Amino acid sequence: MAQVSIKDNEVDVVIGVLHADMTSFMEEWRPVFSRFHLIIIKDPDLKDELRIPEGFNLHVYTKSDIERVVRPSSASLLLSGYSCRYFGYLVSQKKYIISIDDDCIPARDSDGNLVDVVTQHVTNLTTPATPFFFNTLYDPYRKGADFVRGYPFSLRSGVTCALSCGLWLNLADYDAPTQALKPGQRNSRYVDAVLTVPAKVMMPVSGINIGFDREMVGPALLPALRLAREGNLRWETVEDIWCGMCLKVVCDHLRLGVKSGLPYVWRKERGDAIESLQKEWEGVKLMEEVVPFFQSVRLSRAAVTAEDCVVEIAEAVKQRLGPLDPVFARAAQAMVDWVKLWKVVRTQSPPSVA
Amino acid sequence: MAQPSVSPTPILKDELDIVIPTIRNLDFLEMWRPFFQQYHLIIVQDGDPTKVIKVPEGYDYELYNRNDINKILGPKASCISFKDSACRCFGYMVSKKKYIFTIDDDCFVAKDPSGKDINALEQHIKNLLTPSTPFFYNTLYDPYREGADFVRGYPFSLREGVPTAVSHGLWLNIPDYDAPTQLVKPLERNARYVDAVLTIPKGTLFPMCGMNLAFNRELIGPAMYFGLMGDGQPIGRYDDMWAGWCTKVICDHLGLGVKTGLPYIWHSKASNPFVNLKKEYKGIYWQEELIPFFQAATLSKECTTVQKCYIELSKQVKAKLGKVDEYFIKLADAMVTWIEAWDELNPSGDSAELLPNGSKK
Repeated sequence: MAQVSIKDNEVDVVIGVLHADMTSFMEEWRPVFSRFHLIIIKDPDLKDELRIPEGFNLHVYTKSDIERVVRPSSASLLLSGYSCRYFGYLVSQKKYIISIDDDCIPARDSDGNLVDVVTQHVTNLTTPATPFFFNTLYDPYRKGADFVRGYPFSLRSGVTCALSCGLWLNLADYDAPTQALKPGQRNSRYVDAVLTVPAKVMMPVSGINIGFDREMVGPALLPALRLAREGNLRWETVEDIWCGMCLKVVCDHLRLGVKSGLPYVWRKERGDAIESLQKEWEGVKLMEEVVPFFQSVRLSRAAVTAEDCVVEIAEAVKQRLGPLDPVFARAAQAMVDWVKLWKVVRTQSPPSVA
Repeated sequence: MAQPSVSPTPILKDELDIVIPTIRNLDFLEMWRPFFQQYHLIIVQDGDPTKVIKVPEGYDYELYNRNDINKILGPKASCISFKDSACRCFGYMVSKKKYIFTIDDDCFVAKDPSGKDINALEQHIKNLLTPSTPFFYNTLYDPYREGADFVRGYPFSLREGVPTAVSHGLWLNIPDYDAPTQLVKPLERNARYVDAVLTIPKGTLFPMCGMNLAFNRELIGPAMYFGLMGDGQPIGRYDDMWAGWCTKVICDHLGLGVKTGLPYIWHSKASNPFVNLKKEYKGIYWQEELIPFFQAATLSKECTTVQKCYIELSKQVKAKLGKVDEYFIKLADAMVTWIEAWDELNPSGDSAELLPNGSKK
């Protein structure tokens, strides 16, 4: 199908920074990132000064910016660690956001070429998704592919894709128990596919490598589920998994699509899974309640925007999950606060930050 | 936690039949010899029964032509299509094995990106012998493959998976496009090797192609009826589609899994798009009714076997699709005839009663 031309000024690359020395990260990504505007959010808990090489078009936001903008001020506490990136989503004014963890570098495809993560995410987001019927040749809009025999013609125009979930070579996004059991396992399989995750199907959205349409679903990416002993390793968080499931429900309800597959990033070695095991398995336990909830939550016809959907989900979380664990009640409140904050920041344009 | 098998894949020599419909010849079996020779073949010869189809030396096989089908099924033979590869499902019915692999006679051995010949049958067996995961999507595809696993956030209670009933393979070179697409893109070839197997989630329908397909006959066999196509019928090239939609609804109901992806075969022959268009054209607009029908189809909890599911589905086909065209009334009757014939040829013992969660009683 048509080649996509990326309008560079429609994209923000948002990086939540947990490691002060960004030199090697930025140099590795220079070939891909130098065209785009970057929003760098420094984890408020990070004490050291950021070191960022020259030659990029970027804005850096720090703890003081977060505290100035975010209301209620208790909500700013949620924007630490990996969740600091949500501040970037809040203040961005671009249509598309690409967000990568700061311990990832570009991957190479099977031909040895550097994977341009931004172009691939934007391609995924600017070609339709096909959530209502599975295409066995994967994304029919990719060059050299199409819909197969038996695919209903009325479904071939697809729907807007709002979320693009990329994957990871080397250190895949496993949980701590899995990685601890298989300490040597590294993902070396480059699967050359993008596919739409069908409607009504739940999935674990990893925040490590994503792209989304901020105009369509921005408010639904939110910091809400914070574990008691959340840490600075992905093994010690589920905030992205939570927000991803909210997002899938929102997309299914609004008839938007979610794609998964390319692009890959190369995720560097970091942390010790066994050490992370010693922390509570809180996240793993919570998933058992969270998944059935999201599989069954239904939104009303009155919910026609992402904000409406988030508010309804929050209410359902409060009613059905709140009684099970206080972390859910807090998550529900955080979701409601975030939507309010999103509206406030939107009406102050440009947002009042440095 | 997924525990990938590091031991070699069992060959299942005495548990698997290869079913091949043919009207031309079986020359393609020469190329498959290293991978197929150990297995028993069931050849279903379509078209002129007086033609002699030569099976390459060294293969162990049984061959059925139209006369054989009529003799074995008597009046029930009306449910088996003539002049269409849909007749292959007769092979499923007469097989006594646990697993079936079916392949078209214009499908050859493909090569993987490293240049190695792909043993399609071995991959199908791996797919069928490892669980499926239809209740939650795993972003790293099949977690039971070597080198893969469930990702963070995947609930542990869902990591055992469910039994896999169907393994749907793909095709390099000539892709399985419909006639309109073939006409618009006559030169397009599928050159993309996607190194993945994945479970098609519960509640999601897909177009099942019969060119490179394997299934657990004990778990799902009776649902693999390829319908009324070909001679005397208003439609063709929807046999496998029909079987796939029925099968998926039943698998979803019984808690069984359907996988798609690897293995690839090399599809060499592009059929004539104008001939295809004539066969398909009713299907192209009927499928607009069929898809919502299958998406909405529900089966009662009393349907605890594949046969019961299938009979109930046939009633719904008659009631709801009969209005679309009287072909569906005929098809619904043929679905019942198929089950009757299946049960006659496979008396009790072959239709294990399955609880809705998939475990055998």
